[in-house]
Amino acid sequence: MSNVVIQANNLTKEYVRAEFRVTALDDANLEVHQGEFIALMGPSGSGKSTLLHLMAAMDRPSSGNISVFGQNLQALSDAEIARWRNTHIGFVFQSFNLIPVLTAMENVELPLKLTKLNKTQRREQAKRALELVGLGDRLGHTPRQLSGGQEQRVAIARAIVTDPDVILADEPTGNLDAASARDVLTLLGRLNKEFNKTLIMVTHDPGAAKTASKIRYLEKGKLLPEGQKPAEY
Amino acid sequence: MKIPISYNIRNLIARRTTTIMTALGIALTVAVLLSVFALVEGLRSSLASTGDPLNLLVTRKGATAELNSSMTPEQFQVIKVKPGIAKLPNGEPMASLELVTVIVLESPDNPAGINISMRGLNAAGIAMRESVKITEGRWFQSGKREIVVGKGVAKRYPTARLGSKIDLGRGQWEVVGVMDGGRSAANSEIFCDLAQLAVDQNREAGLSSVLLRATDEVAKQALINDLTSERRLNVDAISERAYYESQTGAAAPIQFLGIFVAIIMSIGSSFAAMNTMYAAVARRAPEIGTLRVLGFSKPGILVSFMLESILLSLLGGIVGCLLVLPLNDFTTGIGSFTTFSEITFDFRITPEIMLSGIIFALVMGVIGGFFPAFSAARKQILTALKQN
Repeated sequence: MSNVVIQANNLTKEYVRAEFRVTALDDANLEVHQGEFIALMGPSGSGKSTLLHLMAAMDRPSSGNISVFGQNLQALSDAEIARWRNTHIGFVFQSFNLIPVLTAMENVELPLKLTKLNKTQRREQAKRALELVGLGDRLGHTPRQLSGGQEQRVAIARAIVTDPDVILADEPTGNLDAASARDVLTLLGRLNKEFNKTLIMVTHDPGAAKTASKIRYLEKGKLLPEGQKPAEY
Repeated sequence: MKIPISYNIRNLIARRTTTIMTALGIALTVAVLLSVFALVEGLRSSLASTGDPLNLLVTRKGATAELNSSMTPEQFQVIKVKPGIAKLPNGEPMASLELVTVIVLESPDNPAGINISMRGLNAAGIAMRESVKITEGRWFQSGKREIVVGKGVAKRYPTARLGSKIDLGRGQWEVVGVMDGGRSAANSEIFCDLAQLAVDQNREAGLSSVLLRATDEVAKQALINDLTSERRLNVDAISERAYYESQTGAAAPIQFLGIFVAIIMSIGSSFAAMNTMYAAVARRAPEIGTLRVLGFSKPGILVSFMLESILLSLLGGIVGCLLVLPLNDFTTGIGSFTTFSEITFDFRITPEIMLSGIIFALVMGVIGGFFPAFSAARKQILTALKQN
């Protein structure tokens, strides 16, 4: 656990809402190492998702800095961040966010459109990713023809198809029934253990958090020190 | 690499009602514009392809048309022996003295009647119009009140069909033939014997024009110079094609009005396309956010939504072309202020006209799509992901 993948220093994110300044994340410091599976937990509004979004460079911090594999994200332009995200980050959403008019295969192939792979190579890689998540027989199905659990597995296939260094998951089981949630967590666990992927998962579910190798808690925008948790947990 | 075009096509199919309504709006605009273009092109090709390139039309100096020209048989005798005039197979010069007048024909659409050009000419005049063929009946005979009508006239006026008799001045004229002048102005005219018409109209001494055929381009120019500079003749000579081309101005008011209406409609259609695309951008905001998270850039999003708008307008353009296609070869007529008579012609929808319709539609798509696509590209990722 020596290779630092993500390094966040004094990370703060403030929003201005109708003249009020809201601190969503307050002076967070975090170090994530290669192959770690970290669950971020905390009450609603504690800043979990904000931290995750900053790691994915989906938002920019108000102060502090964050680097992934030594690359300071604030130094990148919008276009560079888009390329960086495609190469290094796989993102799994709570509500799957599949493109409804595309098939499972096309959804998974989508991030590969930004790579140099040709069509055949893209198809093969997308098919492998879908087979890995157990949906090799659903390649031509559109999201509407899939169950919630299957949709989330397609989304996971899409997140891993570019072989990213880090997988970020925002409440990946939040919209799933218990059985589907279990399948998805098993899959994420496999990606961490068998493929040594670094995973950071935001969750409300203590059961889901147990899949992770480490749990970090947030409370009122503060990332609590390792080992500490809010009173209600 | 861009966002796949299948994404745009399937989205257009997914919201098919909106797509069809917007495309139809664009299609109607394109159809209006193409109708005007087809009308102008039909008139232009009808007049521009009249006559041989070596033909010259000689009229009284200052006359703006054959109708207000006056030419005497004596002048004709001087003109027809000028050097540089081509010969008919029988050795006679290719020179035709002609009388043009206007008659009124009634039709179901115009019970009050419409002016039609009636041309009196001799065998030389017919021989010089090689493109004019009899399709029904026969040519008129000299010294008889017989007429041959252009196919456009026969088509539009039931009173001018083969076998009909028309009361004109001093007597009844029988329609003995229908002629096809290809796309020339002969389709809009009635031909008859020069001498008979001159007697009936009491114009034996004051005919209208002389049609000449030069041997070549050099001789044609020399003839123009010779005729126009000879004071005792007091005539003008111009290329027959140039004379007819100058009449295409008859379509100018319709062209102006049509293009004006099409531009107004295109503004409406562009707004419709814009509205449709804004709705698409709003509804698909989470998809836009997702695409950005996957690594697609802002320009990539802009291009994708622009492409979708262009596809939508392309569909409208194609439908517009199809809508207007039945107009092809539809015969209509337009009043000419030059001849004070009707020019009949067919709407012409050429590949170039259809291409211009498609381009026009695409321009509407680009204008209508740009701002929504720009707003899609500018969306912040998190804001887009949270929109529903």
